[in-house]
Amino acid sequence: MIDNTLNRRQFLKSSVGVAAVAVAPGILLYGMANGSSEGASAKVRWGMLIDTSHCAEGCNDCVTACNKENGLSGGVAATDSQWIRKIEIKEIAGGRQLSLPMMCQHCENPPCVDVCPTTASFKRADGIVLVDKHRCIGCRYCMMACPYKARSFVHEALHDQNPDVPRGKGTVESCTMCVHRVDQGLQPACADACANKAILFGNLNDPDSEIAKKIRTVASVQVRADLRLNPGVRYQGL
Amino acid sequence: MFRLLTILAVFFLSFSAQAAESTPKLDIGKGGQCVEDPQFMRKNHMHLLRHQRDETMRQGVRTGKYSLKNCVECHASTKDNSVIAREDSFCVACHRFEAVKIDCFECHSGERKSAWLQRNAK
Repeated sequence: MIDNTLNRRQFLKSSVGVAAVAVAPGILLYGMANGSSEGASAKVRWGMLIDTSHCAEGCNDCVTACNKENGLSGGVAATDSQWIRKIEIKEIAGGRQLSLPMMCQHCENPPCVDVCPTTASFKRADGIVLVDKHRCIGCRYCMMACPYKARSFVHEALHDQNPDVPRGKGTVESCTMCVHRVDQGLQPACADACANKAILFGNLNDPDSEIAKKIRTVASVQVRADLRLNPGVRYQGL
Repeated sequence: MFRLLTILAVFFLSFSAQAAESTPKLDIGKGGQCVEDPQFMRKNHMHLLRHQRDETMRQGVRTGKYSLKNCVECHASTKDNSVIAREDSFCVACHRFEAVKIDCFECHSGERKSAWLQRNAK
């Protein structure tokens, strides 16, 4: 706050706010950006920190929750949409095994947006990378451009979509960071579903947010950081 | 010649009278007060929706009043919670009458969210 002349009312307001954040960080930390008439704000950058040490091998809860929330079939064939998948990796020399979820990394400089000929692929002001299916012509350049193989193409006509998650044949789609939930003040379905709390969702731009604090204090990496895309999803213990 | 003209005139008059009478039979669902005057909506709903969809999708403005979800919320049939399920459903009946294809529902759900939740709550 720039103005130092706090009156009593402002002081009380702000101290109540601080208390609320401390009591229920999961819900109230991002209360400011919800469904406002100004829409997504560039002051916010949504991101995730995935703690691989808490991610259990064989557990698929985040994937199941994503499929249910977004109405995906759950199939894993080449023609099925997968917005998030579990990956098991092993360091060959040491034998250390890891399990982690992989999805759209919501890059700051997304290659999928660069290559899109119709500007259907775009980045929202708050850092969420989306496909505007009204404009998508299904050329799939973005699928080829994405180094994380995060995008899927819808091959078949769909029915019974979630009213909040429109999806349709002939368009490319990927993790939306549950943008419909985030705009309501909820966290993404995968983060909600993780029993081990391995997925931490929050505003990277807010220095007081839980995720920003954790990123400052623990070692975390971005996958393929050498590409300098600055993904919004980071991994701890990778 | 005069006779022929009279016959033609009678024919066209009766035809146009018929056309004015036949209007699509709609199941308007809950209905009630629309966001704009109904006559204006009949002509312009597509423009309103098209304008607002870009703001919602690309800028994340979710407070606008011309949302497709709001259309569905009021106009889905009280029988099957849908604006597209039957021949006389709100969107289908009119669009069929005017012979205009609706693309919206290839991606968007034509169902009330509450109904979808009920079916998908496991």
